[in-house]
Amino acid sequence: MAGYILKRLLSAIPVMLGITVIVFLIMAMIPGDPATAILGSYATPENVEKLNRDLGLDKPLVQRYFIWLGNMLTGDFGRSFSLNRPVLDEIAERFSATLILAGTAFVLCSILGILAGAISAARQYSLADKAITFVVLIGISVPSFFLGMMMILLFAVNLRWLPVSGMYAIYGGGDLPDLIAHLAMPALALAAVATGVIARLSRSAMLEVLRQDYIRTARAKGVPERRVVYGHALRAAMVSVIPVLGIQAGFVLSGAVYIEMVFQWPGVGRMLVDAILKRDILLVQGGVVFVSACYVLFNIAVDVAQSLLDPRIRT
Amino acid sequence: MSAFLKLLFRNRLAAIGAVVLGLILALVLVAPLLPLPDPDATATSERFARPFSEGHILGTDHLGRDLAARLVHGTRVSLAIGLFAALAAAVLGSAIGIAAGYFGGRTDNVIMRAIDMLMAFPYILLALAIVAALGPGLRNALIAVAAVNIPFFARNIRGITVGLAGREFVDAARLAGMGHTRIILSEILPNVLPVIVIGISTTVGWMILETAGLSFLGLGSQPPQADLGSMLGEARAALITAPHTSVVPGLMIFLIVMSINLLGDGVRDALDPRLKSGALARPRATTRVDRRGPVPEEPAKGLLDLQRLETQFHVGKRVYKAVNDVSLHVKPGECLGLIGESGSGKSVTALSVMGLVASPPGAITGGAVRHDGEDLLSLPYDALRRRRGEKVAYIFQDPLATLHPLYRIGEQMAEAIRVHHRISDREARARALELLRAVRIPNPESRLGNYPHEMSGGMRQRIGIAMALANDPEVLIADEPTTALDVTVQAQILALLDELRRERGLAILFITHDFGVVAQLCDRVAVMYAGRIVEQGPTEEILARPAHPYTARLIACVPELGEGKRELAAIPGLPPVVDSLPPGCAFAPRCDKAQEDCRKGAIDLAGTGTHDVRCLHPEVTP
Ligand code: SF4
Repeated sequence: MAGYILKRLLSAIPVMLGITVIVFLIMAMIPGDPATAILGSYATPENVEKLNRDLGLDKPLVQRYFIWLGNMLTGDFGRSFSLNRPVLDEIAERFSATLILAGTAFVLCSILGILAGAISAARQYSLADKAITFVVLIGISVPSFFLGMMMILLFAVNLRWLPVSGMYAIYGGGDLPDLIAHLAMPALALAAVATGVIARLSRSAMLEVLRQDYIRTARAKGVPERRVVYGHALRAAMVSVIPVLGIQAGFVLSGAVYIEMVFQWPGVGRMLVDAILKRDILLVQGGVVFVSACYVLFNIAVDVAQSLLDPRIRT
Repeated sequence: MSAFLKLLFRNRLAAIGAVVLGLILALVLVAPLLPLPDPDATATSERFARPFSEGHILGTDHLGRDLAARLVHGTRVSLAIGLFAALAAAVLGSAIGIAAGYFGGRTDNVIMRAIDMLMAFPYILLALAIVAALGPGLRNALIAVAAVNIPFFARNIRGITVGLAGREFVDAARLAGMGHTRIILSEILPNVLPVIVIGISTTVGWMILETAGLSFLGLGSQPPQADLGSMLGEARAALITAPHTSVVPGLMIFLIVMSINLLGDGVRDALDPRLKSGALARPRATTRVDRRGPVPEEPAKGLLDLQRLETQFHVGKRVYKAVNDVSLHVKPGECLGLIGESGSGKSVTALSVMGLVASPPGAITGGAVRHDGEDLLSLPYDALRRRRGEKVAYIFQDPLATLHPLYRIGEQMAEAIRVHHRISDREARARALELLRAVRIPNPESRLGNYPHEMSGGMRQRIGIAMALANDPEVLIADEPTTALDVTVQAQILALLDELRRERGLAILFITHDFGVVAQLCDRVAVMYAGRIVEQGPTEEILARPAHPYTARLIACVPELGEGKRELAAIPGLPPVVDSLPPGCAFAPRCDKAQEDCRKGAIDLAGTGTHDVRCLHPEVTP
């Protein structure tokens, strides 16, 4: 097992390098003189030149890449000019907020999605199946940002159950119940689409598995139907569901950008949007690389989970 | 095509999707003709007018602009942008995919590596990076969304192209001296085009959503230009005071995406042939019993007694009579061989006993299955379940598919016992070890921790047998338990079964296509053809003097008993499909002795009661 994890970690290195190359190349597409583009046309020539030097833009492309990469490896992601603080500090702070939001949503969508899919398959064509299918259809069609806004109207404005936005109450907040109250709506809104996708997939995976010979064997042994479905079949279905959880984690992370905007959540997504609007390229660059790298690591964790479930792929 | 459309519209949801989408498209197309105010005309005095107010059917936004006009206008922009992004991604992605798949080798390798890298990003980060570099704006948002979706197309299309590139017609074109471009355009592209179209139809909703999302963030369309996303984004500030300004564009995005999803699902279902046959229906816990006639009330002749059993498969309008009026019985300590070609209904007969025929599409439509005189088909589910594995146990063919791949052998064996008996972990383990020893598995302790894929075929088959014996059943139903094994292992397993029935007094129903195996193990044999028993009697007698021409041919196929690989293919012709049985003898088309009368009416199973045959002109009279 340790060998497998090590192997997967090593295989992540080229992927991470690839990510840095792609981000670097995209940033190299900035039309015109980047420093001017960043500082705006009213910048003084000295400022432009200084920024060019800071960014290493006076050097050739390949050399620039390696300098940038080397700096990042030593923990130097540069300095955000709009916030006037090190990029990495800002990212670390913002990313923890995103992690709380996206992590909760991911757990929610995994549990709810798999459960809904399994029930739906176990009672195919029943009222429960139809109801779930209908809710899932709505879930995957409604834009998360719109769903979030509607939730605010209902739960925060009309019913006054939950706070409208933010991560903590400004006065007297800061404890766990306060966080949960603030987290409930954004996490649910963020989880909706992924829940739908996972539920659909779980349903079809279950239906596929329920036709397998080993399910017939379980029945022939006299295993009670409930256990056949929620034990044998569900476990086997997870083999095709888990990789999709990894993909959906990417969508949850992506959706977090919208949800953070809607709910004023102080996460990395909102930071990125602000940075783009302010043309704070170093902050964008650092944020994208950092979050993508975390996502790659997360996917390794998914692979490891998969290998724990399925002995056939442990090598 | 028309069949496809019919199928699509039989799906009510898909039809709803098509109608909604059609209405939206119509609205957008006739927009210039509608008496709508200028979408950009501001009127600060009329800010946030409610819907259905004077002159503004949907109200106005924060600048007093008419929402209905902006909605129609924004929908148009969003649809156009989404569609355009989908087309751009499809064209570029497919081109990349075709190039990778067609040229293969290094090109393929390099391209696919790059694609993998792109897919390692959470997609929005990539889109954000592109927008960051190019600057906010509708065109750049479109580029970002299209670029992010290129890998999806590249991957799918490459997969199909790889398959095509190796096919004969491509080789032929190459040999004919056609250039790469021509081959790609004339041979490859037409074949991948349907997949590209399906890809577009499944992603276009997504792309509309994504461009709307970027606009919502303020990174897409810039004022005064508006799409649905930016309308929603601008309305957000006034969410609480004027919710209608948010609801109107939000609902529109929802309707568009949902109708496209519904239509896309419908298209996929219509194209997926598995769905047509109903094969993806969930099989019930037991086979459906739907007896058309009365339950036979004859006294049971054996411990297990099948009486005039009928099992059918209902697929669409077709009815496959897999098991047709089959009567069999097995006594304790006896082994009955049930022999026939694949498709003869022998396995379905075996599975019908404990209600294990997948249902739908299977259903037991007549007869009775008596165990100890009691009709199993009349039992409620739980009573039947308690007899499964406890009284009547199965050994299946191909234990790699029939053992659960994700549970250890020990767990699967313990479970077989524990679903019927309350015992501790330790007792279960001890019992499992004992069973593994009984079937002569070396190092049973270490085997308990193994997974099925870690064992050889012979070992797995022994596990299957051990598991069947877990609760000391009275009846064992073995469905071709030795087919996948080599001759030595096969002989060992047969010897093992023989020993078990002598020692434990097991009644064995042994399903096989191999007379050599029958000769080694079975006291009596029943021959099945096209769902019916055509001959039955004591093994020795049948081997020595087969009465039915089919039986005679089966026996002739066995080169030498107990040796070599035996195939039934040596009989010319194929068994009939059991949904269109000819009147009279089903074997007639393949039979040398067939005469006029054979094809007339039903033929009865006749004989002495110990040796019976269903034939008008038997080889010998039993
Ligand atoms: S009934 Fe006629 S056709 Fe059928 S097996 Fe006998 S001889 Fe052949």
